[in-house]
Amino acid sequence: MPAPDRTDTAPAFTLPEPFHGWFASRGWRPRAHQLELLAETSAGRSMLLIAPTGAGKTLAGFLPSLTELAARGRPKPGTAGYGSLHTLYVSPLKALAVDIERNLARPVDEMGLKIRIETRTGDTPQSKRARQRTDPPDILLTTPEQVSLLIANGQAERLFSGLRYVIFDELHSLIASKRGHLLSLALARLRKLAPGMKTIGLSATVADPEELQRWLTPQPPEGEALAGRITVAGGASPVITILETEERIPWSGHSARYAITDIYRTIGEHRTTLIFVNTRSQAELVFQELWRVNDDSLPIALHHGSLDAAQRRKVEAAMGRNELRAVVATSTLDLGIDWGDVDLVIHVGAPKGASRLAQRIGRANHRMDEPSRAILTPANRFEVLECQAAIDANYAGAQDTPPGGDGALDVLSQHVLGMAAAAPFDADDLYAEVTSASPYARLDRDTFDKVIDFVATGGYALKSYERYARIRKRADGLWRISNPQVAQQYRLNIGTIIEAPMLNVRLTSRKNGVLSGRGGPPLGKVEEYFLESLAPGDTFLFSGKILRFEGIRENECLVSRAWDQDPKVPAYAGGKFPLSTYLADSVRAMIADPARWGALPEQVSDWLRLQSQVSQLPARDSLLIETFPRAERHYMVFYPFEGRVAHQTLGMLITRRLERMRAGPLGFVATDYSLAVWALEDMGAMIAGGRLDLGELLDEDMLGDDLDAWLDESWLLKRTFRNCAVISGLIERRHPGKEKTGRQVTVSADLIYDVLRSHEPDHILLRATRADAAQGLLDIVRLGAMLKRIKGHIRHRALERISPLAVPIMLEIGRETVAGEAHESILAEAAEDLLAEAQNLA
Amino acid sequence: MHGPMSAFKTAQDAAGPAAVEIDVNGTPVVCDRAGVAWLPQSRALVVSDLHLEKGAAHARRGFLLPPYDTAATLARLAAAVLAYDPRLVISLGDSFHDRTGSEHLPPAYRQELQALQRGRDWVWIEGNHDPERPAGLDGAWSRELYLETLVFRHEPGKGAAEGEVAGHLHPAARVVRRGKGVKRPCFASDGSRLLMPAFGSTTGALELRHPAMRGLFDRNRLIAHLIGRDRLYSVAFNRMNG
Repeated sequence: MPAPDRTDTAPAFTLPEPFHGWFASRGWRPRAHQLELLAETSAGRSMLLIAPTGAGKTLAGFLPSLTELAARGRPKPGTAGYGSLHTLYVSPLKALAVDIERNLARPVDEMGLKIRIETRTGDTPQSKRARQRTDPPDILLTTPEQVSLLIANGQAERLFSGLRYVIFDELHSLIASKRGHLLSLALARLRKLAPGMKTIGLSATVADPEELQRWLTPQPPEGEALAGRITVAGGASPVITILETEERIPWSGHSARYAITDIYRTIGEHRTTLIFVNTRSQAELVFQELWRVNDDSLPIALHHGSLDAAQRRKVEAAMGRNELRAVVATSTLDLGIDWGDVDLVIHVGAPKGASRLAQRIGRANHRMDEPSRAILTPANRFEVLECQAAIDANYAGAQDTPPGGDGALDVLSQHVLGMAAAAPFDADDLYAEVTSASPYARLDRDTFDKVIDFVATGGYALKSYERYARIRKRADGLWRISNPQVAQQYRLNIGTIIEAPMLNVRLTSRKNGVLSGRGGPPLGKVEEYFLESLAPGDTFLFSGKILRFEGIRENECLVSRAWDQDPKVPAYAGGKFPLSTYLADSVRAMIADPARWGALPEQVSDWLRLQSQVSQLPARDSLLIETFPRAERHYMVFYPFEGRVAHQTLGMLITRRLERMRAGPLGFVATDYSLAVWALEDMGAMIAGGRLDLGELLDEDMLGDDLDAWLDESWLLKRTFRNCAVISGLIERRHPGKEKTGRQVTVSADLIYDVLRSHEPDHILLRATRADAAQGLLDIVRLGAMLKRIKGHIRHRALERISPLAVPIMLEIGRETVAGEAHESILAEAAEDLLAEAQNLA
Repeated sequence: MHGPMSAFKTAQDAAGPAAVEIDVNGTPVVCDRAGVAWLPQSRALVVSDLHLEKGAAHARRGFLLPPYDTAATLARLAAAVLAYDPRLVISLGDSFHDRTGSEHLPPAYRQELQALQRGRDWVWIEGNHDPERPAGLDGAWSRELYLETLVFRHEPGKGAAEGEVAGHLHPAARVVRRGKGVKRPCFASDGSRLLMPAFGSTTGALELRHPAMRGLFDRNRLIAHLIGRDRLYSVAFNRMNG
């Protein structure tokens, strides 16, 4: 636990004994915010505490319940304990709960308090979990999924009857997800079980703190309510610079290979360096390249979510003992666990969001009053602009965490089934309870009733499942589960985290070209779909090694060591963040303002200057479009700076429209900054001749019919549907190990989607799917805002040749495999092989 | 050749064939993009793994899949029967998703199925999902059926079997070109055995590389006919990855 401040001035409110004595014995004084939180919660208020790392946030969060527990009387005579939980602590990470247990134990032991503290996670043995239900500890440290399981239990009422506090750690990272939606519903139920209970939210700085304040407190039917808020000012401002280099910064790509020697030199100059990257494949690559130049054999390690857990634990332990000089990591280390004596953070690639950058930089130097030190390493020239914008934002204290959004309906379906499993419910009561949770405050009654109908019989217009109903409304007007199996089914399928199907990677050896029968050590897991694009013999980078793909045996991917110089880098998803709206705007502003170019490396400002000479610079409030011919094709490049996802969606829609306008579009490619479309026809000439109207091409109405038509066919929507179907309980979760027989063919969510779409396009689950896609996958909201902004502000430049600003995206074109969804053309290409073979024989 | 063959010929367009005639153990067999096989000499139509009432079977276990799969499958079956006007229909097992499927079949679907059966022979081959004769429906019931040089059974036997036409495994092939993999259900044959794709509207598929397929084919002669959007794509097994 971070040490409380020794120098704070003494506040009016003081700590009760034995806390006061314990603080004094260590020469500490409680901080002002710790006492303020204690005073506010004692007065019965729910509170949000916003504080930077190192401010003693966690201790502050526990002080109200620790002091109350220390002061309570003995349990009722004749009972073994108190029979109910006193405090529930919820953290997004299992590891965090375990960490807190260790850190709380010390003060509790030293003060001789009789307080039982236990953890409960997915790893907790069944026997201990059962015991925790009958004989609960005073403080339970757990995860959101476990809370949902506990409230769906028949004993929930007794278990939570004496609940006084619920503490949510890292609340900012929880609420903007389906996991947060489910937790908000669980919280609404906890309030009902323990009406006097108070919530305490702990959070890093966020863009919209009121959203968190609403989340922590019940929302009235009209208007809104806020929990209280205490904000602790940030410590010393971080010192952030862009990596200085003599090397040429590349036009495009994400490897940052050019910077490896400079990064390595910087590691040598510091005690411990954390190197953050955006994707796992980047982590593998940077790690590999660093070891290539590691002449001094510095202890440099690798840490990302796909690696084998034992290996990750080893790295974390070595880090805690300060044995490492550098760790290359993805976001797995983002959240608040202490990591030894880090004195430098290097960020490879653009941070993509100002808040994310601030969080990651917070990892260095865990003392509040010393400045953190960070170096940003842009991988290409556009990223230089983005890094500079992020530095400006961090100094300015800007925040751009995404808003939480409306509560998802698939999550609500899961919760409704859980509530029926706990006890019979009245629909009116449950509706009131659900809409008291802030993400569901706007949920209308009709939609809620449709969700109940869905949970009961699937909610189909064709009422053929009445006899298979999972929940039924009985004569007393209450809904209850049809049989005990329903509750069991709910427990097995709980949660909102749907992992892409993963396979174990196991190392085997090859002798004289023959694969050893026995497997070697496991290296970690990779997504099944990544392996599907590999043929035996292909090489890829994983776990810091170059591996040869040998094949798939049962549920494992077999690999052997390979000695290739140039592996096929794993392209697995995870950690591909789009550029935040806030940073995008900052980048546009910087490009448009030559006075600010002084902060940029010379090669980058020269590049912008050249662009302003041969074409023009994209302005902050308009959209620049360039057209030019190149090698038999005609290109149209857009510069919206709205992030890759929004650009991909735009590309899909624009090519449909260009097709109709007879421009003969052939393909497109999107980056975070721009979009390039190429076609057979000279689009510049079409614009000049009035045959192509840019205002019409980019009209907002493309988000209507065109979007619907494209969406329905899109694999994106199918993948989203699969997740919604699992979360809502329509199809079974894939349980590891259960699918081993192979002969058992699992339900295909794609085919169910097709059937449902053609027979019942307005089904509630399809509504949930579209809402998801609009928010996350397609960034439609953002695209819509952009189209509105640029209406009437489109600047077109017809050029003779490629412009400097277009170079990066033109270089991407060759790298892109096949644009869009060219499934049929791939099959046709393969079928031609056989035809050609047949003709050769003839 | 008349009737049905010309039907499939007109279905053929410039982009590629909607049906492909292959030789299985000396018998000509037309594999149709619709997911059915046609034996022109016997005027027999073969479908496999209809998995009717799959949605209802899951609903009985608490997973309320859309109840539209049976209607969708029957509509496609009706279209194929109309196009070929077969003398005999062979349903190659797993016609119903579970034992009670045929018993609980809603009356409207039962009538639709009975209408398709009228005026022709119909053989239900026993499957692992439906090990009993379908309740309340016409047609013969058999473990296997011999026709021309072929033998029809649900589960393929172990090892080589000349002229065996089977289902059960729901074969699919994955073609990889330019770093992108595309998986589709397929007919799979090495000239000796034919494995039928699953016809049911919500049935998944298993890749030809899966261990369950081991030993069924001479992989050097194995060709997969993948079901595309408008046509069949024929790809040799050893060219799946380019």
